Amino acid sequence: MARTLKLRIWRGDDKTGGLQDVTVEANHGEVVLDIIHRVQATQMGDLAVRWNCKAGKCGSCSMEINGKPRLACMTQVASYPEDEVITITPLRAFPVIKDLVTDVSFNYKKAMEIPAVVMPEGMKPGEPRMQQVDVERSQEFRKCIECFLCQNTCHVIRDHEENKKSFSGPRFFIRIAELDMHPLDMLRNRKKTAQEEHGLGFCNITKCCTEVCPEHIKITDNAIIPMKERVADEKYDPVRWLGSKIRRREEVL
Amino acid sequence: MTLEKHKYDVVIIGAGGAGLRAAVEAREAGLSVAIVCKSLFGKAHTVMAEGGAAASMGNVNDNDNWMVHFRDTMRGGKFLNHYRMAELHAKEAPDRIWELEMWGALFDRTNEGKISQRNFGGHEYPRLAHVGDRTGLELIRTMQQRIVALQQQDAKEHGDAEKNMKVFAEVTITEILKENGKIAGAYGYRRESGSEVLFQAPAVVIATGGVGKTFKITSNSWEGTGDGHALALKAGANLVDMEFLQFHPTGMVWPLSVKGILVTESVRGEGGILTNSLGERFMFKYIPDVFIDKYADNEAEADRWYEDQDNNRRPPELLPRDEVARAINSEVKAGRGTEHGGVFLDVSKRLSAEVIKKRLPSMWHQFYELAGVDITKEPMEVGPTCHYVMGGVEVEPDSAAAVGVPGLFAAGEVAGGMHGSNRLGGNSLTDLLVFGRRAGKGAADYVKANGANPVSDAAIEKAAAKIEAPFTSTGGENAYTLHQELQEITHNLVGIIRTGAELTEAIEKIADIRRRSGNISVTGDRKFNPGFHLAFDLDNMLLVAESTAKSALLREESRGGHTRDDFPGMNSTWRQVNHISSFDGDKVRIKSQPLPVLPKELFDLFDVHELEKYMTSAEIAKGGSN
Repeated sequence: MARTLKLRIWRGDDKTGGLQDVTVEANHGEVVLDIIHRVQATQMGDLAVRWNCKAGKCGSCSMEINGKPRLACMTQVASYPEDEVITITPLRAFPVIKDLVTDVSFNYKKAMEIPAVVMPEGMKPGEPRMQQVDVERSQEFRKCIECFLCQNTCHVIRDHEENKKSFSGPRFFIRIAELDMHPLDMLRNRKKTAQEEHGLGFCNITKCCTEVCPEHIKITDNAIIPMKERVADEKYDPVRWLGSKIRRREEVL
Repeated sequence: MTLEKHKYDVVIIGAGGAGLRAAVEAREAGLSVAIVCKSLFGKAHTVMAEGGAAASMGNVNDNDNWMVHFRDTMRGGKFLNHYRMAELHAKEAPDRIWELEMWGALFDRTNEGKISQRNFGGHEYPRLAHVGDRTGLELIRTMQQRIVALQQQDAKEHGDAEKNMKVFAEVTITEILKENGKIAGAYGYRRESGSEVLFQAPAVVIATGGVGKTFKITSNSWEGTGDGHALALKAGANLVDMEFLQFHPTGMVWPLSVKGILVTESVRGEGGILTNSLGERFMFKYIPDVFIDKYADNEAEADRWYEDQDNNRRPPELLPRDEVARAINSEVKAGRGTEHGGVFLDVSKRLSAEVIKKRLPSMWHQFYELAGVDITKEPMEVGPTCHYVMGGVEVEPDSAAAVGVPGLFAAGEVAGGMHGSNRLGGNSLTDLLVFGRRAGKGAADYVKANGANPVSDAAIEKAAAKIEAPFTSTGGENAYTLHQELQEITHNLVGIIRTGAELTEAIEKIADIRRRSGNISVTGDRKFNPGFHLAFDLDNMLLVAESTAKSALLREESRGGHTRDDFPGMNSTWRQVNHISSFDGDKVRIKSQPLPVLPKELFDLFDVHELEKYMTSAEIAKGGSN
């Protein structure tokens, strides 16, 4: 079952680097991460790669395999033809630290900018009652393993470093949607801040993020589009506009 | 290179469930906290927990309460548990789960809208709060988001999110520092750059998880290298009962690439059955005497249990993990295994495809993507995989303080005692929360009472020299090769079934690898260099393996996660003994220590006839410690 595999692995750091050719044995059923480990143990002891669980649950081994953002632990070698050279490169949207390891701190900064869940005042532990159908919408987004493949593939930031300041990316749109749809969350205007502070408007729903999500979260259909629609409703619907004015007048009176 | 220095009240090593819960507690007590982890924030091994978190909330069956949970935990551990830890855990677990909900966790619900609870091996009632089969992810993400929420508060109040609590991701701690016999800080390096970091802190909480990577076939991620176990030993703390390792009965066995990856016990909790290559549902043959009145001895009753739990006994697939793992091992050894050396686990006959995909989504995904098996239509092939270490740092149950080292605390998998000789599924996630919180509080109380304890220059120089060593060595040993050799030894000689002769051989071989590991040379420079990182991880794994093999050689009985072919029975006299590992700077030494005696009020929670199966007649006559 063993086959000889030709790889091109990107090696280098933030300043210099390039693709290096490697030939290595692969066994039946192996994934790309197995191959990288074999290269590491036998040919390149200092080849840098992030990984943890090797079971598609932690989202650490994100990289680009033949140009596609993927988890190396969930990518079967057998999915590539026998004679194909497999090219492995680091995530493109983030600065390279070394080899296949990138600086993903952008994502942790954005996470810090989204206000946490706000529970109803006076609610005590053990008191919440929620129906399964009501928690399921947010549960879909909480499946996110933070592999950041969606962030990496999103063309708003993939080749536009300048957009990073005003755009949080798909991972954080589903975080906002998750909180917005959380049955208990009391913080209002989450959709509005998604639009105004996190750059929801930049997204032109090409669904690239949904395509690369290893958890098959319907990022675009279930999070981004519903938020966009409701932001639009609130902004442009004349009845709602009037309603908000009247309510405000009542508050004044 | 100038040394990066930090000062905190508490340093927490490890950012899994226990570490993060400890951090929250210490921070809320008004202390400054550094969280140090080997991986990125939110990637710790806790994410891999699947089935759920055991807490006797009684949402599904209101007969449940802490006493039932306590009894189940002690039975599961074959009464070798530290009773006080099992008691605290059973009492406090519900509060820890409800608290998570207040921090935003969204567990699956009952029809009444409460947190749903599922069945699991060894638990008398449905007890595991869960989110499909990704409960660990929910737990760690909730804790991670709680940390962020606290940092947001600091940003608002002080203009600096990291004023009171900071995460140092991708940092390895190589040494815990002491001055005047007390904790003074921790020393390590940044994985990214290889540059060194000093943390000065009078309290250190170890929450580093397990040791699975010491073994060849394991469900653990690369981080499970026993760092905390080894750091604690080197700092003068003890490890208790390191012979007890849990081999989870159901790991994937094929393809080789995925061998060991966990198949959640929920598959059996949801009705999955185990069969051998003859199609026999073999678990009925393996119900041990101590459980004979609790488990069904025929298929009809076992099947009825899923509908009516009050009038039927449980299916034997839901026996504690040690029993199921040994049963699978026996079937395979007897030649009734599958083509790839496992047995079949099938849930497709009991549940519809739709329900399987809903309740076991990541299992479906895992088998479909990695093995090409559709579990809604066909059985899985499974076999035992090294999953969890019951042994760990000896602690004071109430404060999680490490015995013998003032200022050192340990919680979660790295701490010993709670689970006795075998852990029940679902008890780990609540263990993390209950004792993570207690460790955070213990550390906070300690710091408030003791104040700072500065690190000396001599200690820094010594720690720095150790990090430099693999680069200056010309010995030529390869860390990857030594690691593989160690895994072969533990797998073959210290595995699921052990003998005295094999353990003696293992101890010699481990010592030999340890000698050779002094000659490890590293290629490349310090920058994100996995070969360099492995050199330190390996040193930890070697100490753990030595401690396990030596403890296992001494224990001449079979109990829970320790099975001796040459001493097959459980022995009541051995139940009174803990094995304590300590490190003399050269070798691990083991001594016997009496197990704390069950106090009368806990003794009386059990039917005395059940206790007679575990205890000596003298213990029964005494009726507890009071």
